[in-house]
Amino acid sequence: MPDRPLSPALRPFDAVGGWTIALVDSLGRFGTFFAEALGAIATPPFKARAFVDRVNYIGYRSLLIILLTGAFTGMVLGLQIYLTLVRFGSEAFLGPAVALSIIRELGPVLAALMVTGRAGSALTAEIGIMRITEQIDALTVMALNPMRYLVAPSILAGLVTFPLMTAIFDVVGIFGGYLVGVKLLGLSPGTYFGEMQTFVDLNDIMTGFWKSLSFGVIVTWVCTYKGFNVGHGAEGVARATTQAVVLSSVLILVWDYFMGSILQ
Amino acid sequence: MIKVEGLTKSFGRQTVLRELSLEVPTGSITVIIGRSGGGKSVFLKHLIGLLRPDAGRVLVDGVEITGLRGRALDDIRRRYGVVFQGGALFDSLSCHENVAFPLREKLRVPADEIVKRVASALAQVGLEGMGAKLPGEISGGMRKRVAIARALVTEPEIVFFDEPTTGLDPVLVNTIHHLILDLHRRFRFTAVMVSHEIPEIFEIADRVAMLYEGRIVEVGPPAAIQASTNRVVRQFIRGEPDNSEGR
Repeated sequence: MPDRPLSPALRPFDAVGGWTIALVDSLGRFGTFFAEALGAIATPPFKARAFVDRVNYIGYRSLLIILLTGAFTGMVLGLQIYLTLVRFGSEAFLGPAVALSIIRELGPVLAALMVTGRAGSALTAEIGIMRITEQIDALTVMALNPMRYLVAPSILAGLVTFPLMTAIFDVVGIFGGYLVGVKLLGLSPGTYFGEMQTFVDLNDIMTGFWKSLSFGVIVTWVCTYKGFNVGHGAEGVARATTQAVVLSSVLILVWDYFMGSILQ
Repeated sequence: MIKVEGLTKSFGRQTVLRELSLEVPTGSITVIIGRSGGGKSVFLKHLIGLLRPDAGRVLVDGVEITGLRGRALDDIRRRYGVVFQGGALFDSLSCHENVAFPLREKLRVPADEIVKRVASALAQVGLEGMGAKLPGEISGGMRKRVAIARALVTEPEIVFFDEPTTGLDPVLVNTIHHLILDLHRRFRFTAVMVSHEIPEIFEIADRVAMLYEGRIVEVGPPAAIQASTNRVVRQFIRGEPDNSEGR
């Protein structure tokens, strides 16, 4: 039976209803996808080779960009915080200020954003191409679960590599601040590191660690989901890749606020 | 035997399959012919269990697979081999690893036996010594042959071929067809093939089914199809232009 045309007065309600159903449907599929991934992680067999490959893909290949951004973030922070503190005669607190900014906030967030841009986008594109070239269907018809081969190793690798990348970012960033504060602006090395030990405690380090761990799950979840649910052809892959990077980045910043509020 | 009863499938408002029914006898090569975009690949995906119908059912040796999920469906799929249109070889694995993949992951065959079986499978498709190459380093025809080797290395009971010769030159088309025929004689699997290759498929098919507007309009031995008086079948196998199109 053909649909009766809606009266103009009802069309906005129809549009809002359609949009709401699409949103709830999309969130449902997003959640179901994660539940299936957790099922694949929790049940044997564990795909060790795929996991090591993903650690290399997400972590090792992102190392250079992490080193570069970490160093320059620390250097910028060192310069700007020094120029601010010197006005109050408090430049001795440069070390803790740089360290706390990086360890609690900038390290996990910037490392996650960098890994998203480099590895997350590549992950979506790779899985998306596997989808459109029927490689994922090939796994399915071999009676093998694609979640176990493609998604579970990526999420586990995210859990391992994001904290590691963050730790490297933190160390390099603190040394970037040291280069500017101590070597360029003349602060004593003892003051820089000594005050840091006084003000930075394990709680600050754990805050950054929990954040990086959750970012690892968010980024790999979003990027693999977008790759799995790619549209048609090269345009579909390009769109999915952009969506994955944008959504991951937004979720990192939103989730960072909530984590920051909880882990004060 | 594969039995399809009243299969109906729509995507949005477009109905692709309309109460389609077909029987595929065990051990036969059944070729599905029909125009591009006519739903042949969609039909094949229902047989494989990659798509679920809106109505109708697919029975494999009496077991209805349309309602199966998880392990029950995987048990049926373990009897399958599938050659996808583009080959669907894993890009990051060599040809040897691609062929070895279902043996290692699906059947858990010991490593030394895998080496022997992969070498034998690659030799059967005329690709001895090519195992170390990546799929991106070989030609389209070779990729199709690796895909056939991967589908057959597990010695499946039922093999699905989705346009295995599309985009190949006539010599390669015949080479692939004769390869399939030769392997079929050796392993006696049930084959369901989707193809456009007229008249070449008449040489290898036991039965040919013509899909038109979501239904099987004619099915029978190649000679019967070639002698068909059905206007749609005659037009398709003679390659006559469709004057109704574009009007």
